[in-house]
Amino acid sequence: MNDTHEQSGPDFLQQHVGVLKSRMGAFYPGSHVVFRGHDLHVDLKDMSWPELYLFGITGRRFSPEQLTLINAIWVYTSYPDVRLWNNRVAALAGSSRSTGNLGVAAALAVSEATIYGRGIDLRAITFLINTLEKTTAGESLETAVRDELDEHRSIAGYGRPLINGDERNQHILALAKSLGLDHGPHLTLAFAVETFLFAGRWRMKMNYGGIAAALCADIGLSPQEHYQAMFPAFLAGMQPCFIEAAEKTEGTLYPLSCADICYEGVTYRSWHGAHPKAPSDMPTDSTPATPIDLP
Amino acid sequence: MSDNFGEVFHSHIWEEKAEPDNPFTAAACYCRGYDVYGDLLSKATYIEYLYLLFKGERPTQEVAAALQLLAIALANPGPRDPSVHAAMAAGVGGSPAASVLMAALASGAGSYGGGREVLLAMQAWIDCGTNLENWQRYLSSPQAPSRPLFWPQTEHAPGFDPHGVTCSTIVTQTLQQLCRILPDGQLNWLAKEQPALEKAAGIPLAMTGVVAAAFTNLDFSPAEAEMLTLLWRLPGAAAHALEQWQRGFRQFPFFSLDLENDPGVTGLKEKT
Repeated sequence: MNDTHEQSGPDFLQQHVGVLKSRMGAFYPGSHVVFRGHDLHVDLKDMSWPELYLFGITGRRFSPEQLTLINAIWVYTSYPDVRLWNNRVAALAGSSRSTGNLGVAAALAVSEATIYGRGIDLRAITFLINTLEKTTAGESLETAVRDELDEHRSIAGYGRPLINGDERNQHILALAKSLGLDHGPHLTLAFAVETFLFAGRWRMKMNYGGIAAALCADIGLSPQEHYQAMFPAFLAGMQPCFIEAAEKTEGTLYPLSCADICYEGVTYRSWHGAHPKAPSDMPTDSTPATPIDLP
Repeated sequence: MSDNFGEVFHSHIWEEKAEPDNPFTAAACYCRGYDVYGDLLSKATYIEYLYLLFKGERPTQEVAAALQLLAIALANPGPRDPSVHAAMAAGVGGSPAASVLMAALASGAGSYGGGREVLLAMQAWIDCGTNLENWQRYLSSPQAPSRPLFWPQTEHAPGFDPHGVTCSTIVTQTLQQLCRILPDGQLNWLAKEQPALEKAAGIPLAMTGVVAAAFTNLDFSPAEAEMLTLLWRLPGAAAHALEQWQRGFRQFPFFSLDLENDPGVTGLKEKT
């Protein structure tokens, strides 16, 4: 927790009323646009979108090989499969005739999940960076892994919610090898962790979140930079899901009949006029109140 | 892969009976066993129905009254609040209504006055209870939860106002009114120990602190309270966004920006 006392209070707020000091950029209507200290339309005009995106996050430039790798990390995990939870959000928006921006924006927000997506990205790269520091300082890999398991009960970047093993890994690894980006210390560590986990009782293999975190750490991304950089990772798979659902007849994306809701709660009861007197008067799921016959 | 997953939704909350001629049209909907449209609709209040959805039972009169008060207290944080400001920024440009509310939710979700702050403050209630020493120890060095990491590190004690000088009148009024309805429990303890807690935190009690105490008093979980806080702050965001759309963007502040590294006009402009 930061010390807020030197940067808090009404006097401190008063210094910021109506004006923002920024080093990120501004647009001057009819004149020019500054992006991290550079003229967007002059200095940065030849950047690819991924290059500009990463420059916006980090303020740093990346080599063509590094940009190719990060671009591929996005491409290789763009799955237009409507069953995936985040994609389904985009598709349901299409099926219910909402807008494309709303559906995809919500799907991207949903991708900040605890068990996949951005939550895993952050934990995975944080674990790898911290563990490399620990093992470099002499701590054993086993101790570092067991400490992480004790704290989180899992290792982000290993195992997978649906299946164990990851079809993306061999492809991104092959590309990294072709680009000469497969020799970094975080990637080496990531495979050592996989060997340890798979040989042990956990039987977990590295997933794409783990390998992407290792590759990005070796490129020099910090955890927060990696988190921001992975934001569009699933994006290209989302629009197809929205578009197809929008093209089909409205309401036909996984329609559910009334019987598809399997009710497991209390039995039928009537709404009495009087309020319960106290919490102890209230029935629980196991003690249903005033059962009635279904009309 | 789908062999491992169910094909139906399981729920303790909701059941539907289909019309005889169409399995996709509900003839009756039951919420926690109550016939929503055949019985509850004309008898329950909105607050009672919300409570039923979340907690599975009807609230007592005291609980319903406290929730009603809480819903009003939260309904409009006002245009200065980041969530309402975000909603107005969305509304003034004519963005879809859903994006206005999404903007309000995103900017009202965090640990500075938002839903996350209520959740964190409630976790402190779980850890500290009504033990002043526990609170003083916690407030001297609040520990942020270690996960999920996508939440930024907290920068002040949850439930307290980092920019406050003294506890605001509206926070005091809300706490006093809630204490009248719920005279026992965490709210009463908070009112009694407020000076000691504020001294330990070094900053005054905030609305999020009262809301967290109220939800704790009402036996809501931190996750339930976070959801209701987000939900109940939306009416003001919606109303203010519509107002700004009607007034037009020329009346909407654009503010100043002091760029510290402006290279000035370069390249093509200089050559021409």
